[in-house]
Amino acid sequence: MQESANRPLNIVVLVKHVPDTQFDRQLAGPDHTLDRSESILSELDEYALEAALQLAEERGGEKRGNSVTAVTMGPSAAANAVKKSLQIGAYKGVHLLDDALAGSDAAGTSLALAAVVNHLNATAGPVDLVITGMASTDGETSLVPAQLAERLGYAQLTFASELEAANTASGPGLRARRDGDSYSEIVEAPFPAVVSVTDQANEPRYPNFRGIMAAKKKPVTVLSLQEIGVDSAQVGKAGAWTSVAASAPRPARGQGTIITDDGNAGVALVDYLASQKLI
Amino acid sequence: MGSVLVFIDVPSLPLPRASRELLALAATIGTPAVASPQPLSEDAAAELAGYGVQRIFEPSQPLPEVLVAAKAAFLAEAVRAAAPDAVLLGNSFEDREVAARAGVKLGSGVITDAVAVAPDLAVTKSVLAGSYTSTCRVETGVPIITVKANSVEPAERGAAGSPERGLVTVPETGPAAVVMERSEKRVSGRPELSEARVIVAGGRGLDGDFGPVEELADLLGGAVGASRAATDAGWIEHSAQVGQTGKTVSPQLYISAGISGAIQQKAGMQTAKVIVAVNKDADAPVFEIADFGVVGDVFKVLPQAAEEIRKRRA
Repeated sequence: MQESANRPLNIVVLVKHVPDTQFDRQLAGPDHTLDRSESILSELDEYALEAALQLAEERGGEKRGNSVTAVTMGPSAAANAVKKSLQIGAYKGVHLLDDALAGSDAAGTSLALAAVVNHLNATAGPVDLVITGMASTDGETSLVPAQLAERLGYAQLTFASELEAANTASGPGLRARRDGDSYSEIVEAPFPAVVSVTDQANEPRYPNFRGIMAAKKKPVTVLSLQEIGVDSAQVGKAGAWTSVAASAPRPARGQGTIITDDGNAGVALVDYLASQKLI
Repeated sequence: MGSVLVFIDVPSLPLPRASRELLALAATIGTPAVASPQPLSEDAAAELAGYGVQRIFEPSQPLPEVLVAAKAAFLAEAVRAAAPDAVLLGNSFEDREVAARAGVKLGSGVITDAVAVAPDLAVTKSVLAGSYTSTCRVETGVPIITVKANSVEPAERGAAGSPERGLVTVPETGPAAVVMERSEKRVSGRPELSEARVIVAGGRGLDGDFGPVEELADLLGGAVGASRAATDAGWIEHSAQVGQTGKTVSPQLYISAGISGAIQQKAGMQTAKVIVAVNKDADAPVFEIADFGVVGDVFKVLPQAAEEIRKRRA
Protein backbone atom coordinates (compact mmCIF):
# COMPACT_ATOMS: atom_id res chain seq x y z
CA MET A 1 0.00 0.00 0.00
CA GLN A 2 2.78 2.43 0.92
CA GLU A 3 4.58 1.55 -2.27
CA SER A 4 1.65 2.40 -4.50
CA ALA A 5 0.93 5.51 -2.45
CA ASN A 6 4.42 6.82 -3.20
CA ARG A 7 4.49 6.09 -6.89
CA PRO A 8 5.41 9.09 -9.05
CA LEU A 9 2.58 11.38 -10.11
CA ASN A 10 1.81 12.78 -13.52
CA ILE A 11 0.27 16.18 -12.77
CA VAL A 12 -1.23 18.68 -15.19
CA VAL A 13 -1.71 22.26 -13.97
CA LEU A 14 -4.07 24.46 -15.97
CA VAL A 15 -2.85 28.04 -16.19
CA LYS A 16 -4.43 31.07 -17.79
CA HIS A 17 -3.12 34.35 -19.10
CA VAL A 18 -5.51 37.01 -17.83
CA PRO A 19 -5.66 40.81 -17.65
CA ASP A 20 -4.08 42.10 -14.44
CA THR A 21 -6.87 42.68 -11.91
CA GLN A 22 -4.89 45.56 -10.42
CA PHE A 23 -5.90 47.71 -13.40
CA ASP A 24 -9.23 48.65 -14.98
CA ARG A 25 -10.37 45.99 -17.41
CA GLN A 26 -12.43 46.53 -20.53
CA LEU A 27 -14.75 44.60 -22.81
CA ALA A 28 -14.43 45.65 -26.45
CA GLY A 29 -15.25 44.79 -30.04
CA PRO A 30 -18.33 43.29 -31.70
CA ASP A 31 -18.07 40.09 -29.63
CA HIS A 32 -17.67 41.86 -26.28
CA THR A 33 -14.41 40.13 -25.55
CA LEU A 34 -11.85 41.18 -23.00
CA ASP A 35 -8.92 43.44 -23.85
CA ARG A 36 -5.98 41.17 -23.00
CA SER A 37 -3.11 43.53 -23.76
CA GLU A 38 -1.95 43.90 -20.12
CA SER A 39 -2.01 40.26 -19.09
CA ILE A 40 -0.26 38.10 -16.53
CA LEU A 41 -0.46 34.56 -15.12
CA SER A 42 -3.77 34.45 -13.20
CA GLU A 43 -2.95 35.02 -9.54
CA LEU A 44 -5.22 32.16 -8.50
CA ASP A 45 -3.33 29.73 -10.76
CA GLU A 46 -0.18 30.24 -8.66
CA TYR A 47 -1.87 28.31 -5.84
CA ALA A 48 -2.62 25.44 -8.24
CA LEU A 49 0.98 25.34 -9.41
CA GLU A 50 2.27 25.43 -5.82
CA ALA A 51 -0.02 22.53 -4.86
CA ALA A 52 1.25 20.50 -7.83
CA LEU A 53 4.92 21.22 -7.06
CA GLN A 54 4.48 20.27 -3.39
CA LEU A 55 2.81 16.95 -4.25
CA ALA A 56 5.56 16.15 -6.76
CA GLU A 57 8.37 17.21 -4.41
CA GLU A 58 6.99 15.08 -1.56
CA ARG A 59 7.55 12.13 -3.86
CA GLY A 60 11.07 13.06 -4.87
CA GLY A 61 10.34 15.47 -7.71
CA GLU A 62 11.42 15.12 -11.31
CA LYS A 63 14.32 12.74 -10.67
CA ARG A 64 11.89 10.21 -9.17
CA GLY A 65 9.73 10.33 -12.27
CA ASN A 66 7.13 12.85 -11.13
CA SER A 67 5.86 15.27 -13.73
CA VAL A 68 4.29 18.73 -13.48
CA THR A 69 3.07 20.05 -16.83
CA ALA A 70 1.68 23.59 -17.14
CA VAL A 71 -1.05 23.62 -19.78
CA THR A 72 -2.67 26.70 -21.28
CA MET A 73 -4.95 27.44 -24.21
CA GLY A 74 -5.24 30.78 -25.94
CA PRO A 75 -3.58 33.14 -28.40
CA SER A 76 0.21 33.42 -28.81
CA ALA A 77 0.51 35.78 -25.83
CA ALA A 78 -0.85 33.01 -23.57
CA ALA A 79 2.58 31.39 -23.90
CA ASN A 80 3.58 33.87 -21.19
CA ALA A 81 1.45 32.00 -18.65
CA VAL A 82 3.35 28.79 -19.45
CA LYS A 83 6.70 30.63 -19.37
CA LYS A 84 5.97 32.10 -15.94
CA SER A 85 4.86 28.68 -14.68
CA LEU A 86 8.13 27.13 -15.89
CA GLN A 87 10.06 29.90 -14.12
CA ILE A 88 8.18 29.20 -10.89
CA GLY A 89 8.93 25.50 -11.17
CA ALA A 90 6.74 23.53 -13.60
CA TYR A 91 8.80 20.89 -15.40
CA LYS A 92 7.34 21.32 -18.88
CA GLY A 93 4.66 23.19 -20.76
CA VAL A 94 1.89 22.64 -23.29
CA HIS A 95 0.21 25.43 -25.24
CA LEU A 96 -2.98 24.70 -27.16
CA LEU A 97 -2.77 27.40 -29.80
CA ASP A 98 -5.43 27.70 -32.47
CA ASP A 99 -7.24 30.73 -33.90
CA ALA A 100 -10.50 28.77 -33.80
CA LEU A 101 -10.44 28.85 -29.98
CA ALA A 102 -11.19 32.59 -29.81
CA GLY A 103 -14.48 33.30 -28.05
CA SER A 104 -14.81 29.86 -26.40
CA ASP A 105 -17.26 29.68 -23.49
CA ALA A 106 -16.90 27.29 -20.54
CA ALA A 107 -18.33 24.37 -22.55
CA GLY A 108 -15.84 24.88 -25.39
CA THR A 109 -12.95 25.51 -23.02
CA SER A 110 -13.64 22.36 -21.00
CA LEU A 111 -14.03 20.34 -24.21
CA ALA A 112 -10.67 21.53 -25.56
CA LEU A 113 -8.85 21.07 -22.25
CA ALA A 114 -10.31 17.58 -21.77
CA ALA A 115 -8.97 16.72 -25.23
CA VAL A 116 -5.52 18.02 -24.24
CA VAL A 117 -5.56 15.84 -21.10
CA ASN A 118 -6.61 12.83 -23.15
CA HIS A 119 -3.85 13.60 -25.66
CA LEU A 120 -1.33 13.64 -22.77
CA ASN A 121 -2.82 10.39 -21.45
CA ALA A 122 -2.08 8.82 -24.80
CA THR A 123 1.34 10.37 -25.44
CA ALA A 124 2.94 11.11 -22.04
CA GLY A 125 1.55 8.46 -19.72
CA PRO A 126 -1.67 8.41 -17.71
CA VAL A 127 -2.49 11.71 -16.00
CA ASP A 128 -3.16 11.33 -12.25
CA LEU A 129 -4.20 14.84 -11.43
CA VAL A 130 -5.44 17.95 -13.15
CA ILE A 131 -5.07 20.94 -10.80
CA THR A 132 -6.60 24.36 -11.35
CA GLY A 133 -7.18 27.57 -9.42
CA MET A 134 -10.58 28.20 -7.82
CA ALA A 135 -11.61 30.44 -10.73
CA SER A 136 -10.05 32.46 -13.49
CA THR A 137 -9.85 36.08 -12.46
CA ASP A 138 -11.37 37.15 -15.78
CA GLY A 139 -14.28 34.79 -16.52
CA GLU A 140 -14.95 34.14 -12.81
CA THR A 141 -17.51 31.43 -13.52
CA SER A 142 -15.67 28.47 -11.85
CA LEU A 143 -17.47 26.21 -14.35
CA VAL A 144 -14.46 24.72 -16.13
CA PRO A 145 -13.02 22.43 -13.38
CA ALA A 146 -16.41 20.76 -12.77
CA GLN A 147 -17.05 20.41 -16.50
CA LEU A 148 -13.59 18.97 -17.01
CA ALA A 149 -14.23 16.32 -14.33
CA GLU A 150 -17.53 15.50 -16.01
CA ARG A 151 -15.99 15.21 -19.47
CA LEU A 152 -12.95 13.18 -18.34
CA GLY A 153 -14.91 10.96 -15.94
CA TYR A 154 -12.43 11.84 -13.16
CA ALA A 155 -13.36 12.43 -9.53
CA GLN A 156 -14.02 16.11 -8.81
CA LEU A 157 -12.31 17.56 -5.74
CA THR A 158 -12.82 21.31 -6.00
CA PHE A 159 -12.42 24.41 -3.81
CA ALA A 160 -9.88 22.64 -1.64
CA SER A 161 -8.56 24.95 1.06
CA GLU A 162 -6.23 22.22 2.36
CA LEU A 163 -4.84 19.40 0.25
CA GLU A 164 -2.69 16.36 1.02
CA ALA A 165 -1.86 12.97 -0.42
CA ALA A 166 -3.86 10.14 1.16
CA ASN A 167 -4.70 6.50 0.82
CA THR A 168 -8.42 6.49 0.11
CA ALA A 169 -10.79 3.54 0.26
CA SER A 170 -10.48 3.33 -3.53
CA GLY A 171 -6.68 3.52 -3.61
CA PRO A 172 -4.04 6.28 -3.61
CA GLY A 173 -5.44 9.76 -3.92
CA LEU A 174 -5.96 12.97 -2.06
CA ARG A 175 -7.68 14.31 1.02
CA ALA A 176 -8.95 17.90 1.11
CA ARG A 177 -10.91 20.33 3.21
CA ARG A 178 -13.71 22.14 1.43
CA ASP A 179 -15.42 25.04 3.18
CA GLY A 180 -19.02 25.69 2.23
CA ASP A 181 -21.18 28.56 3.45
CA SER A 182 -22.62 26.74 6.42
CA TYR A 183 -20.35 23.72 6.82
CA SER A 184 -16.85 22.46 6.28
CA GLU A 185 -16.22 19.06 4.67
CA ILE A 186 -13.32 16.63 4.60
CA VAL A 187 -13.39 14.89 1.24
CA GLU A 188 -11.29 12.16 -0.34
CA ALA A 189 -10.83 11.23 -3.95
CA PRO A 190 -8.74 8.56 -5.66
CA PHE A 191 -6.61 9.32 -8.72
CA PRO A 192 -7.31 10.35 -11.39
CA ALA A 193 -8.93 13.54 -10.17
CA VAL A 194 -9.63 17.13 -11.12
CA VAL A 195 -8.69 19.36 -8.21
CA SER A 196 -9.17 23.09 -7.70
CA VAL A 197 -7.50 24.88 -4.82
CA THR A 198 -8.43 28.15 -3.14
CA ASP A 199 -6.09 30.96 -2.13
CA GLN A 200 -6.05 29.43 1.37
CA ALA A 201 -4.42 26.18 0.23
CA ASN A 202 -0.77 27.26 0.35
CA GLU A 203 1.75 30.10 -0.02
CA PRO A 204 2.89 30.19 -3.66
CA ARG A 205 6.62 30.49 -4.25
CA TYR A 206 8.20 33.20 -6.39
CA PRO A 207 10.47 32.52 -9.35
CA ASN A 208 14.14 33.01 -8.47
CA PHE A 209 17.06 33.71 -10.80
CA ARG A 210 17.94 30.04 -11.09
CA GLY A 211 14.34 29.19 -11.95
CA ILE A 212 14.20 31.90 -14.59
CA MET A 213 17.40 30.63 -16.23
CA ALA A 214 16.34 26.97 -15.99
CA ALA A 215 12.95 27.74 -17.57
CA LYS A 216 14.65 28.58 -20.85
CA LYS A 217 15.69 24.96 -21.26
CA LYS A 218 12.37 23.39 -20.31
CA PRO A 219 10.35 21.86 -23.16
CA VAL A 220 7.12 23.51 -24.36
CA THR A 221 4.88 21.62 -26.77
CA VAL A 222 2.53 23.62 -28.99
CA LEU A 223 -0.58 21.73 -30.03
CA SER A 224 -3.31 22.53 -32.56
CA LEU A 225 -6.94 21.46 -32.35
CA GLN A 226 -6.32 18.97 -35.13
CA GLU A 227 -3.53 17.32 -33.14
CA ILE A 228 -5.84 16.74 -30.17
CA GLY A 229 -8.71 15.57 -32.34
CA VAL A 230 -11.13 18.46 -31.75
CA ASP A 231 -13.27 19.77 -34.59
CA SER A 232 -12.87 23.55 -34.72
CA ALA A 233 -16.66 23.96 -35.05
CA GLN A 234 -17.04 22.63 -31.47
CA VAL A 235 -15.05 25.44 -29.87
CA GLY A 236 -14.62 29.18 -30.14
CA LYS A 237 -17.47 31.56 -30.79
CA ALA A 238 -18.94 29.19 -33.41
CA GLY A 239 -19.18 26.28 -30.99
CA ALA A 240 -20.25 28.24 -27.92
CA TRP A 241 -23.43 27.19 -26.12
CA THR A 242 -23.89 30.74 -24.86
CA SER A 243 -23.64 34.13 -26.56
CA VAL A 244 -23.13 37.70 -25.44
CA ALA A 245 -25.44 40.23 -27.10
CA ALA A 246 -24.39 43.40 -25.33
CA SER A 247 -22.11 44.67 -22.63
CA ALA A 248 -21.66 47.98 -20.86
CA PRO A 249 -19.52 49.29 -18.06
CA ARG A 250 -21.47 49.59 -14.86
CA PRO A 251 -22.51 53.24 -14.52
CA ALA A 252 -20.03 55.04 -12.29
CA ARG A 253 -21.35 55.58 -8.80
CA GLY A 254 -22.28 59.23 -8.33
CA GLN A 255 -20.05 61.31 -6.09
CA GLY A 256 -21.19 60.68 -2.55
CA THR A 257 -21.19 62.92 0.47
CA ILE A 258 -17.93 62.72 2.40
CA ILE A 259 -17.69 64.36 5.80
CA THR A 260 -14.86 64.63 8.30
CA ASP A 261 -15.72 63.57 11.84
CA ASP A 262 -16.27 66.62 14.04
CA GLY A 263 -17.33 64.47 16.98
CA ASN A 264 -20.85 63.80 15.67
CA ALA A 265 -20.21 61.80 12.50
CA GLY A 266 -21.83 58.69 14.02
CA VAL A 267 -25.09 60.64 14.37
CA ALA A 268 -24.72 62.03 10.84
CA LEU A 269 -24.23 58.47 9.60
CA VAL A 270 -27.49 57.39 11.24
CA ASP A 271 -29.24 60.47 9.78
CA TYR A 272 -28.05 59.35 6.35
CA LEU A 273 -29.27 55.77 6.88
CA ALA A 274 -32.65 57.14 8.02
CA SER A 275 -32.86 59.41 4.94
CA GLN A 276 -32.34 56.31 2.76
CA LYS A 277 -34.96 54.39 4.77
CA LEU A 278 -32.30 51.86 5.74
CA ILE A 279 -33.14 51.91 9.44
CA MET B 1 -46.53 28.56 -20.72
CA GLY B 2 -43.77 26.10 -19.98
CA SER B 3 -42.24 25.25 -16.65
CA VAL B 4 -39.09 26.58 -15.00
CA LEU B 5 -37.22 24.06 -12.90
CA VAL B 6 -35.63 25.50 -9.74
CA PHE B 7 -32.87 23.47 -8.05
CA ILE B 8 -33.37 23.85 -4.29
CA ASP B 9 -30.96 21.99 -2.05
CA VAL B 10 -32.59 22.81 1.27
CA PRO B 11 -34.20 20.11 3.34
CA SER B 12 -35.40 22.37 6.15
CA LEU B 13 -38.13 24.93 6.69
CA PRO B 14 -38.77 27.80 6.52
CA LEU B 15 -37.58 28.23 2.98
CA PRO B 16 -34.57 30.60 2.91
CA ARG B 17 -34.89 33.95 1.24
CA ALA B 18 -32.53 32.99 -1.62
CA SER B 19 -34.80 30.06 -2.57
CA ARG B 20 -37.88 32.29 -2.43
CA GLU B 21 -36.13 34.74 -4.74
CA LEU B 22 -35.49 31.94 -7.27
CA LEU B 23 -39.14 30.86 -7.09
CA ALA B 24 -40.30 34.45 -7.62
CA LEU B 25 -38.03 34.77 -10.65
CA ALA B 26 -39.20 31.40 -12.01
CA ALA B 27 -42.84 32.53 -11.79
CA THR B 28 -42.09 35.54 -14.05
CA ILE B 29 -40.86 33.14 -16.78
CA GLY B 30 -43.17 30.13 -16.47
CA THR B 31 -44.71 27.72 -14.00
CA PRO B 32 -42.29 26.96 -11.16
CA ALA B 33 -41.25 23.35 -10.58
CA VAL B 34 -38.62 22.22 -8.06
CA ALA B 35 -35.79 19.69 -8.25
CA SER B 36 -34.80 18.74 -4.70
CA PRO B 37 -31.77 16.44 -4.30
CA GLN B 38 -32.98 15.64 -0.78
CA PRO B 39 -36.26 13.91 -0.02
CA LEU B 40 -38.85 16.46 1.12
CA SER B 41 -41.32 16.12 3.96
CA GLU B 42 -45.04 16.59 3.29
CA ASP B 43 -44.80 19.95 5.07
CA ALA B 44 -41.93 21.11 2.89
CA ALA B 45 -43.80 20.08 -0.26
CA ALA B 46 -46.91 21.93 0.93
CA GLU B 47 -44.84 25.01 1.66
CA LEU B 48 -43.32 24.93 -1.84
CA ALA B 49 -46.85 24.74 -3.28
CA GLY B 50 -47.55 27.95 -1.39
CA TYR B 51 -45.00 29.60 -3.66
CA GLY B 52 -46.71 28.41 -6.83
CA VAL B 53 -44.73 25.19 -7.30
CA GLN B 54 -46.84 22.67 -9.18
CA ARG B 55 -44.40 19.80 -9.59
CA ILE B 56 -41.56 18.53 -7.40
CA PHE B 57 -38.85 16.10 -8.51
CA GLU B 58 -36.85 14.08 -5.97
CA PRO B 59 -34.35 11.23 -6.32
CA SER B 60 -35.88 7.75 -6.05
CA GLN B 61 -32.96 6.64 -3.81
CA PRO B 62 -30.91 8.77 -1.41
CA LEU B 63 -27.96 10.27 -3.27
CA PRO B 64 -24.47 9.09 -2.21
CA GLU B 65 -22.44 11.48 0.00
CA VAL B 66 -20.14 12.67 -2.76
CA LEU B 67 -19.12 16.08 -4.07
CA VAL B 68 -21.36 17.52 -6.77
CA ALA B 69 -21.37 14.54 -9.17
CA ALA B 70 -24.51 12.88 -7.78
CA LYS B 71 -26.49 16.10 -7.51
CA ALA B 72 -25.54 16.99 -11.07
CA ALA B 73 -26.63 13.55 -12.30
CA PHE B 74 -29.92 13.99 -10.43
CA LEU B 75 -30.52 17.47 -11.85
CA ALA B 76 -29.85 16.26 -15.40
CA GLU B 77 -32.41 13.45 -14.97
CA ALA B 78 -34.92 15.87 -13.41
CA VAL B 79 -34.51 18.17 -16.42
CA ARG B 80 -35.15 15.22 -18.75
CA ALA B 81 -38.29 14.36 -16.77
CA ALA B 82 -39.60 17.92 -16.43
CA ALA B 83 -38.63 19.20 -19.90
CA PRO B 84 -38.60 22.79 -18.61
CA ASP B 85 -38.01 26.00 -20.58
CA ALA B 86 -35.18 26.94 -18.22
CA VAL B 87 -33.37 25.78 -15.07
CA LEU B 88 -32.52 28.16 -12.22
CA LEU B 89 -30.03 27.60 -9.39
CA GLY B 90 -28.37 29.75 -6.75
CA ASN B 91 -24.90 31.17 -7.35
CA SER B 92 -22.93 29.40 -4.58
CA PHE B 93 -19.78 27.49 -5.55
CA GLU B 94 -21.65 24.22 -5.24
CA ASP B 95 -24.75 25.30 -7.17
CA ARG B 96 -22.55 26.59 -10.00
CA GLU B 97 -20.70 23.26 -10.13
CA VAL B 98 -23.96 21.30 -10.20
CA ALA B 99 -25.07 23.55 -13.07
CA ALA B 100 -21.72 23.09 -14.84
CA ARG B 101 -21.84 19.28 -14.84
CA ALA B 102 -25.56 19.03 -15.61
CA GLY B 103 -24.87 21.36 -18.54
CA VAL B 104 -22.31 18.96 -20.00
CA LYS B 105 -24.62 15.97 -19.46
CA LEU B 106 -27.51 17.72 -21.20
CA GLY B 107 -25.57 19.64 -23.85
CA SER B 108 -26.95 22.82 -22.29
CA GLY B 109 -25.27 26.20 -22.02
CA VAL B 110 -24.74 27.55 -18.49
CA ILE B 111 -24.73 31.21 -17.46
CA THR B 112 -23.53 32.16 -13.95
CA ASP B 113 -23.81 35.36 -11.89
CA ALA B 114 -27.19 36.36 -13.35
CA VAL B 115 -28.81 39.44 -11.83
CA ALA B 116 -31.93 39.36 -14.05
CA VAL B 117 -33.62 36.90 -16.40
CA ALA B 118 -36.21 38.28 -18.86
CA PRO B 119 -39.29 36.23 -19.86
CA ASP B 120 -37.60 35.65 -23.25
CA LEU B 121 -34.63 34.20 -21.27
CA ALA B 122 -32.21 37.02 -22.05
CA VAL B 123 -29.90 37.00 -19.03
CA THR B 124 -28.30 40.06 -17.49
CA LYS B 125 -25.11 39.17 -15.67
CA SER B 126 -22.45 40.99 -13.82
CA VAL B 127 -18.91 40.44 -15.18
CA LEU B 128 -15.35 41.55 -14.42
CA ALA B 129 -16.09 41.70 -10.70
CA GLY B 130 -19.15 43.90 -11.13
CA SER B 131 -17.44 46.53 -13.27
CA TYR B 132 -19.41 45.50 -16.38
CA THR B 133 -22.88 44.19 -17.07
CA SER B 134 -23.54 41.99 -20.07
CA THR B 135 -26.64 40.56 -21.68
CA CYS B 136 -26.28 36.96 -22.77
CA ARG B 137 -28.31 34.02 -23.96
CA VAL B 138 -28.01 30.28 -23.86
CA GLU B 139 -27.93 29.17 -27.51
CA THR B 140 -27.76 25.39 -27.07
CA GLY B 141 -29.98 23.15 -24.97
CA VAL B 142 -32.21 24.06 -22.03
CA PRO B 143 -30.83 27.28 -20.51
CA ILE B 144 -29.22 26.67 -17.10
CA ILE B 145 -28.82 29.90 -15.14
CA THR B 146 -27.32 30.52 -11.70
CA VAL B 147 -28.74 33.65 -10.08
CA LYS B 148 -27.08 35.93 -7.55
CA ALA B 149 -28.89 36.52 -4.27
CA ASN B 150 -30.71 39.84 -3.76
CA SER B 151 -31.43 40.13 -7.50
CA VAL B 152 -35.24 39.92 -7.21
CA GLU B 153 -37.85 40.36 -4.50
CA PRO B 154 -38.63 37.02 -2.87
CA ALA B 155 -42.00 35.37 -3.51
CA GLU B 156 -44.77 35.85 -0.93
CA ARG B 157 -46.24 32.66 0.38
CA GLY B 158 -49.78 31.87 -0.74
CA ALA B 159 -52.09 29.07 0.29
CA ALA B 160 -50.44 25.68 0.79
CA GLY B 161 -51.35 22.96 -1.67
CA SER B 162 -50.27 19.53 -2.69
CA PRO B 163 -47.99 19.60 -5.70
CA GLU B 164 -47.52 16.63 -7.98
CA ARG B 165 -44.42 14.69 -6.90
CA GLY B 166 -42.20 12.71 -9.20
CA LEU B 167 -39.34 10.35 -8.36
CA VAL B 168 -36.31 10.45 -10.60
CA THR B 169 -34.00 7.47 -11.03
CA VAL B 170 -30.41 8.68 -10.85
CA PRO B 171 -27.83 6.68 -12.81
CA GLU B 172 -24.49 5.57 -11.33
CA THR B 173 -22.47 8.74 -10.86
CA GLY B 174 -19.01 7.38 -11.65
CA PRO B 175 -15.78 8.33 -9.85
CA ALA B 176 -16.36 11.07 -7.26
CA ALA B 177 -14.85 12.61 -4.17
CA VAL B 178 -16.39 11.06 -1.06
CA VAL B 179 -17.44 13.25 1.86
CA MET B 180 -15.76 11.72 4.95
CA GLU B 181 -16.76 14.31 7.54
CA ARG B 182 -19.01 17.30 7.60
CA SER B 183 -18.94 19.81 10.41
CA GLU B 184 -21.55 22.52 10.73
CA LYS B 185 -20.04 25.91 11.20
CA ARG B 186 -20.70 27.81 14.38
CA VAL B 187 -24.20 29.28 14.13
CA SER B 188 -23.89 33.01 14.65
CA GLY B 189 -27.58 33.88 14.33
CA ARG B 190 -26.52 36.35 11.64
CA PRO B 191 -27.68 36.09 8.02
CA GLU B 192 -25.52 34.31 5.46
CA LEU B 193 -23.06 36.82 3.95
CA SER B 194 -23.95 36.33 0.29
CA GLU B 195 -27.69 36.67 1.00
CA ALA B 196 -27.61 39.44 3.64
CA ARG B 197 -29.52 42.68 3.03
CA VAL B 198 -27.11 44.57 5.27
CA ILE B 199 -23.37 43.91 5.65
CA VAL B 200 -20.99 45.66 8.02
CA ALA B 201 -17.42 44.86 7.02
CA GLY B 202 -14.12 45.55 8.72
CA GLY B 203 -10.54 45.71 7.52
CA ARG B 204 -7.02 46.55 8.51
CA GLY B 205 -8.16 49.70 10.35
CA LEU B 206 -9.84 47.53 13.01
CA ASP B 207 -6.46 46.29 14.17
CA GLY B 208 -7.84 42.97 15.32
CA ASP B 209 -10.94 44.22 17.14
CA PHE B 210 -14.15 43.41 15.27
CA GLY B 211 -16.30 44.42 18.25
CA PRO B 212 -17.69 47.69 16.83
CA VAL B 213 -18.41 46.02 13.47
CA GLU B 214 -20.25 43.11 15.09
CA GLU B 215 -22.24 45.44 17.32
CA LEU B 216 -23.47 47.53 14.39
CA ALA B 217 -24.16 44.44 12.25
CA ASP B 218 -26.30 42.92 14.99
CA LEU B 219 -28.23 46.16 15.53
CA LEU B 220 -29.01 46.30 11.79
CA GLY B 221 -29.74 42.57 11.51
CA GLY B 222 -26.83 42.28 9.12
CA ALA B 223 -23.92 39.99 8.36
CA VAL B 224 -20.27 40.65 9.23
CA GLY B 225 -17.83 40.87 6.34
CA ALA B 226 -14.11 41.48 6.14
CA SER B 227 -11.34 42.49 3.78
CA ARG B 228 -8.65 40.02 2.81
CA ALA B 229 -6.19 41.86 5.05
CA ALA B 230 -8.41 41.11 8.06
CA THR B 231 -8.97 37.43 7.22
CA ASP B 232 -5.30 36.89 6.34
CA ALA B 233 -4.40 38.38 9.73
CA GLY B 234 -6.65 35.78 11.34
CA TRP B 235 -8.91 38.37 13.01
CA ILE B 236 -11.99 36.70 11.59
CA GLU B 237 -12.72 33.46 9.74
CA HIS B 238 -11.93 33.27 6.06
CA SER B 239 -15.56 32.70 5.09
CA ALA B 240 -16.25 36.35 6.01
CA GLN B 241 -14.00 37.60 3.23
CA VAL B 242 -15.61 39.88 0.64
CA GLY B 243 -13.67 40.43 -2.55
CA GLN B 244 -12.08 38.99 -5.66
CA THR B 245 -11.13 35.74 -3.95
CA GLY B 246 -13.88 35.78 -1.34
CA LYS B 247 -17.59 36.39 -1.70
CA THR B 248 -19.22 38.77 -4.12
CA VAL B 249 -22.11 40.52 -2.41
CA SER B 250 -24.89 42.88 -3.51
CA PRO B 251 -26.66 43.95 -0.31
CA GLN B 252 -29.00 46.92 0.08
CA LEU B 253 -26.49 48.48 2.48
CA TYR B 254 -22.74 47.85 2.79
CA ILE B 255 -20.96 49.64 5.62
CA SER B 256 -17.19 49.51 5.15
CA ALA B 257 -15.16 50.19 8.28
CA GLY B 258 -11.40 50.62 8.22
CA ILE B 259 -11.08 49.12 4.72
CA SER B 260 -9.05 51.06 2.16
CA GLY B 261 -11.14 49.66 -0.70
CA ALA B 262 -8.42 48.52 -3.06
CA ILE B 263 -9.46 46.64 -6.20
CA GLN B 264 -9.43 43.22 -4.52
CA GLN B 265 -12.10 44.38 -2.02
CA LYS B 266 -14.02 46.61 -4.46
CA ALA B 267 -14.50 43.61 -6.74
CA GLY B 268 -16.65 41.95 -4.10
CA MET B 269 -18.94 44.80 -3.09
CA GLN B 270 -19.26 47.52 -5.70
CA THR B 271 -22.71 46.33 -6.77
CA ALA B 272 -24.15 47.07 -3.30
CA LYS B 273 -27.10 49.46 -3.51
CA VAL B 274 -25.80 51.88 -0.88
CA ILE B 275 -22.18 52.03 0.28
CA VAL B 276 -21.23 53.79 3.50
CA ALA B 277 -17.53 54.07 4.36
CA VAL B 278 -15.69 55.01 7.52
CA ASN B 279 -11.91 55.35 7.28
CA LYS B 280 -9.37 57.59 8.93
CA ASP B 281 -7.49 58.07 5.66
CA ALA B 282 -9.26 60.70 3.51
CA ASP B 283 -7.44 59.35 0.44
CA ALA B 284 -8.73 55.78 0.84
CA PRO B 285 -10.08 54.55 -2.55
CA VAL B 286 -13.29 53.39 -0.85
CA PHE B 287 -14.44 57.04 -0.71
CA GLU B 288 -14.52 57.10 -4.53
CA ILE B 289 -17.41 54.63 -4.51
CA ALA B 290 -19.07 55.54 -1.20
CA ASP B 291 -22.51 57.16 -1.20
CA PHE B 292 -21.79 58.45 2.27
CA GLY B 293 -18.33 58.60 3.77
CA VAL B 294 -16.89 59.59 7.10
CA VAL B 295 -13.23 60.46 7.46
CA GLY B 296 -12.76 59.47 11.06
CA ASP B 297 -11.87 56.86 13.65
CA VAL B 298 -13.96 53.67 13.32
CA PHE B 299 -13.69 53.15 17.10
CA LYS B 300 -15.48 56.47 17.67
CA VAL B 301 -17.86 56.66 14.70
CA LEU B 302 -19.25 53.11 14.80
CA PRO B 303 -20.06 53.01 18.54
CA GLN B 304 -21.62 56.47 18.30
CA ALA B 305 -23.79 55.34 15.37
CA ALA B 306 -24.81 52.21 17.30
CA GLU B 307 -25.72 54.32 20.33
CA GLU B 308 -27.75 56.71 18.16
CA ILE B 309 -29.68 53.81 16.57
CA ARG B 310 -30.52 52.46 20.03
CA LYS B 311 -31.63 55.91 21.17
CA ARG B 312 -33.94 56.36 18.18
CA ARG B 313 -35.46 52.94 18.65
CA ALA B 314 -36.05 53.42 22.36
